[in-house]
Formats: sequence, structure tokens, C-alpha cells
Amino acid sequence: MTDAILPNVASAPASATKSRSLLEVDSHTRRRNAAETRFRFYGIGAVLIGLFFLVALLWAILSNGLTAFMQTSISIDLHLDKAAIESAEKSVVKTSKYNEMIGAALEEKLTAAHIETGMPVKDLMKILSSGAASTVRAFVLDNPDKYGSTVPFDLLASSRVDGYLKDRVTREALANDKNLDAAHLDIVDAMIKAGVIAKTFNWSFVFGSDASDSRPEQAGIGVSMLGSLYMMLVVLVLSLPIGVAASIYLEEFAPKNRWTDVIEVNIANLAAVPSIVFGILGLAAFIQFAHLPQSAPIVGGLVLTLMTLPTIIISTRAALKAVPPSIRSAALGIGASKMQSVFHHVLPLAMPGILTGTIIGLAQALGETAPLLLIGMVGFIASNYPAGVADGFFSPNSAMPAQIYEWAKRADPAFYERAWGGIIILLVVLMSMNILAILLRRKFERRW
Amino acid sequence: MTQMPGTIKAAKMTDTKISARNVQVYYGDTHAIKDVNIEIGSRAVTAFIGPSGCGKSTFLRCLNRMNDTIDICRVEGNIDLDGEDIYDSRVDPVQLRAKVGMVFQKPNPFPKSIYDNIAYGPRIHGLVRKKAELDEIVASSLQKAGLWNEVKDRLDGPGTGLSGGQQQRLCIARAIAVSPEVILMDEPCSALDPIATAKVEELIDELRENFTIVIVTHSMQQAARVSQRTAFFHMGNLVEIGDTQDIFTNPVDKRTQDYITGRFG
Repeated sequence: MTDAILPNVASAPASATKSRSLLEVDSHTRRRNAAETRFRFYGIGAVLIGLFFLVALLWAILSNGLTAFMQTSISIDLHLDKAAIESAEKSVVKTSKYNEMIGAALEEKLTAAHIETGMPVKDLMKILSSGAASTVRAFVLDNPDKYGSTVPFDLLASSRVDGYLKDRVTREALANDKNLDAAHLDIVDAMIKAGVIAKTFNWSFVFGSDASDSRPEQAGIGVSMLGSLYMMLVVLVLSLPIGVAASIYLEEFAPKNRWTDVIEVNIANLAAVPSIVFGILGLAAFIQFAHLPQSAPIVGGLVLTLMTLPTIIISTRAALKAVPPSIRSAALGIGASKMQSVFHHVLPLAMPGILTGTIIGLAQALGETAPLLLIGMVGFIASNYPAGVADGFFSPNSAMPAQIYEWAKRADPAFYERAWGGIIILLVVLMSMNILAILLRRKFERRW
Repeated sequence: MTQMPGTIKAAKMTDTKISARNVQVYYGDTHAIKDVNIEIGSRAVTAFIGPSGCGKSTFLRCLNRMNDTIDICRVEGNIDLDGEDIYDSRVDPVQLRAKVGMVFQKPNPFPKSIYDNIAYGPRIHGLVRKKAELDEIVASSLQKAGLWNEVKDRLDGPGTGLSGGQQQRLCIARAIAVSPEVILMDEPCSALDPIATAKVEELIDELRENFTIVIVTHSMQQAARVSQRTAFFHMGNLVEIGDTQDIFTNPVDKRTQDYITGRFG
């Protein structure tokens, strides 16, 4: 730049004397201004592209996943006949007898609503979830006092019927489908008119457990959410104290020599190690060597702790470094010991940064899938919640991202919808964690 | 070099609080303080002057072993406080710093309340048992620092919310609260305006009745105003030390004369 100007000045000493008006912009300034304007547009363009992708992503997630939060159910009134229940309990395949009872009740309901079915009960039952019988049986066994009375049930419709109500399943598509016929849909249409079938908010998706391939309408993310929660507890309890202690030692106490340099480089490198490496390490160390139970949140938590530690150490050290040295001198100057100066003054000031780093580390761990696949934390948990609190750490479970991955793999498009729904829940949890991080930072932040 | 006539004048001094003999300080390979011998008198203000980088702050920080916190810093020689070598292996720097307090260049109150700023020292040194005693120490320290009237109604307010001059006096009050014998001040007024500076100087003058004060300053006027004795440092050497009046009116060394007349530095 200066090179270009110098000859001008040298060759035109005469013109240098008459100064140019400030009111007109010279060509050099104009070029600079143009460059600045261009740069501003590049910036805006970059932000807009980013926003576009964000909106597209959110739209895709919401449009695919929101439907998972509604579920179709059919209301029937079931007379719990004591003799029928007892004979059902004595038979080999107990649910088939219950199916007969449900079928009869369904037909009765349809007749009462003046809906002509024109098909055998067994065929008609296809509009109900195959899990309906076990739902009824579980209720019956839990409530022996209701024998002999008539109980209203909201039984899940089959995933095809549910898909029809959500516009996922069309009549044309049913031509190749042996699970349901167009005739069923006619009945469903009539049932909608009669108010026998309806979509309600799907609490069992949020709090329930996974279900087998043939009954996606029953699958929920609740149990794997609990698995994730248990893992996060392990990660928090282990990585926060270890990470913070290590960073305080390295930052405030450790001598600066070759060893600490090596440690520092290694921590930085560990943060960049692919998570699947931690997974195979966990498999070898915790399961094959230490014989901890497979697929258990305790192992998942330990593996994720290894993964989260570098993140926490790096952010904690940055937070400690950001505390002005004058605070340390002030404390030392009035005779505080090194530890007193760290724990009374430096650490409280670094707290917001430490908490933010920890929560971001936890959020990262929460969304991690690859290491969980290696330690088998993709357990198929179709049963209920773990019996006790300690049980939760040691009994097989799944985790939210692993559960989503499982659903996305399955063939039935109803599971695809649930995978998106699971992503919405995962994102909501992550976002609440980030909001918590911001709130904590606000609360602890102090001026100095 | 160091056996200047200045040290002979030191004979006039009442009694010695700190005496340093053959002190060398190294930062890694750099020889920052070269063979300094100095006697610092009790209950008087001693000023260290000299151009930037001459080692006056470094030497000051030797007196309460703040240099220990710098990894590459090495101190040799003897520094005695009341006849005890402060670099003896049995000396705990924490105890030393309770005796030799320090006030820094930039006011650095803790981001806590004014009360807690003062109370922190007495608390960690176990000087008090009851809240009432602590209240008393806080009040008397603030009174001695001439800050009491300005802050007595907002002791719970943040120390960082005070003005720069008030913050510096708060830091002085904080140093006084642990009842030290010596107070080291490292350019305490360099971040303050003239009015705040005047207040702090006045305070230093009052404090000399009870404390031994060593002050590093860039302002020769300040040295002349507040100190009884002045030491001139140059390139890591103690060039000259003597009564302030003599140093400023009748310096012995040419370098001192050049510096105080503004020919360099």
C-alpha cells in the first residue's frame, strides 16, 4: 500500500501544496469503502446461509417428528367376565383369549355406533395394536376388584391406522400391505365420525419403553432417557471433581517443566480423539478386564467420563487463566496460603467458566452414540423401568441417541417417525442444559 | 559500588527494621538485582526511585518473598527482618507476609463486600474469635486508612464499586487489618488522579507512626514529599541511599544527579 503511494507524493510536490476538499471522496478512499461494503455483504451472506440451514434442519425435524407426540387410540368398553379371565389365565397362549374378549367388545362398540364391518373379528382386530391384549391383561391382573364390571379402555390402534390418521399411510400404499386393507380404512373413517377413534397426546412416547419391531405404536423413549440420566450422573460425579482438581493442580500448583508440558499436550490431544476409540477402550478396560456388567449405564458413564474429562480440564484451565493475577497477588500479599488464595478467591471467580464448560461437556456426552455402540448400550428394553435406584446403574439399558439410532434402523416407517420424535426430545434436553449453563453463569458471574 | 557515602549517612537512622546484604536476584539467566546492601529504618518511609526496569520493584518483592511465586526467579544473599533471615528454610512465607504486608500498583480489592475485603486477612490468620472483634478491626483499619467516613454506611457494598483512590485506600486498610510491621507499596499512586494521590500520600505520612513503610515510586516529587530516606536504583544496582533531603539536594553519584534533574529515565 505504502509503496503505491510513495511515488505519487515524490513526483508531485507541487500538487501536495494545494489540499483537496474534504467534501469530495478520492478514488483511493472510494476503493477502500467499496471493499468494506463488499466484506459486509460477504458476512451477511454467510450468516444467511447458516440461518437457512438451521431453519431447514429445524423444519425437517419438527415436520417429521412432531407427529410422534400424538397417538391414535380406540375406545372400547370391556366387560371383565370373571369366568372368561380365569379360563384365559389357564390357557397356554393367554393373550389369545384376551384378544377374543377385546374383539367381541370392539364389534359390540361398532354395532352400537351403527358401523357395518363385514369382516371376521380376527381380521377386524388388525386395526388394533397387537399389544392391546397384553395391555388389558396387565390391567386385569393389577385390578382383581374390577372383575364382573365393565371398564372403558383406550387401546392403541395399530401403526398403520395411526399412520392413516397422520396422512402417512394412503389407500394406494395398502395395496401392497398384508397388514391392513382398504376395507379397514373405511371402517376407520366411520369410526372417526362416530368418535370411537381419536388422536391424543402420546405420554407413553415420552415416558414409556421401547417395543418390538411389530408394534411401533407402543415404543417410547422414557427408559432410555433414564439410561442417559444415569450415565450423566456418573459422568458428572466423576468428571467434575477429577477434572477441576486436575486443572487446579496443573494451572496453579504444578511446576512448569517438561513433564507438565507433555501432560498438557496429551490432554489437548485426548480432546480430539474420536469417541469410538474411547468406546473400544471402555470395552477392553471396563467390561473385559474389570468385568462390569455389559450395556449398563455405569460402564457408559465411565466411558463418557473419559471422553468428557479433557473438555472439562481445558475449559476449567481457561477459566482459571482468565482470573486476573492481581487477585492472586492480593490474597498472597496479606498472607493467604497458595491454597487459600485459590479456593477463596480464584475458584469462585472461575466458577461460571467451569460450570459452563462442564455443562457443555455433559451435553456433548449426552449426544454421543459411537462409544455406546461398542459397549453394548443399545439394549432392547421393552419392559419397564429398573426396579431400584442402584439397579439403574447396573442393569442393561439404552441411551437416547442409541435408541434413536435403533429406531432409525428399523424397517417400519412408524419407527422413522419415532426416531425424529426422539431427536426432538434429545434437542429439548440439550437446549435446557444449555439454558441452565447460561443461567448458572449469570448467577455466579461477578465483576472485578 | 554499593558502599556509597549514602550508606554512611545511614548511621543517623534510629533502628534498623530490615537489613539486606549482598542480595542478588536472577530471572532465569538475567541478573536483575546486583549485590544490593541496604538498611531500612523502623517507623519511617523509605522510597525506592529509579528508571523503569532498574529492579526497584523486584527488590521490593524480595522483602516479603512475593518473588517466590515466580518460577524462574532466584534470590541469593541475606535479608533480615528484625535480625531473622527471611529466606531461612524454616521461614514460612505465609507468616512472613502477615508481618510484611503489600499494596500493589493497581488497586486490587477482592470482588467481595468492603467488609469482607478487610475481614479476610484477620479471618485467615485467626486473629479474631468473635464477630464483635472483627467488626472492631474492620472499623479501626478503615479509620486508619481514612476511608471510614466514606464507606461506613455501605460496608456491605462491593469493594470494586469504589473509586480508584478509595479502592487503593481500601487495599491499604486491608493490609493494615492483619497488623503487619512493614507495609510494602509498589507504585501505589500510579493509577490514581492527583487528588486521590494526595490523600494516599497523606495517609502514608500518618501510617509511618506505627508502621515501617517501603514505597516504590516513579514520581520524584512523591518520594520527596512522603519519604524520610530515599534509595536510587539503576540497572539492578543500588546506586545511592540517604536522607531524602540529601539525595534530592546534594546527590553524591553522578547518575543520581542526572536522574533527579531529568537527564535520563
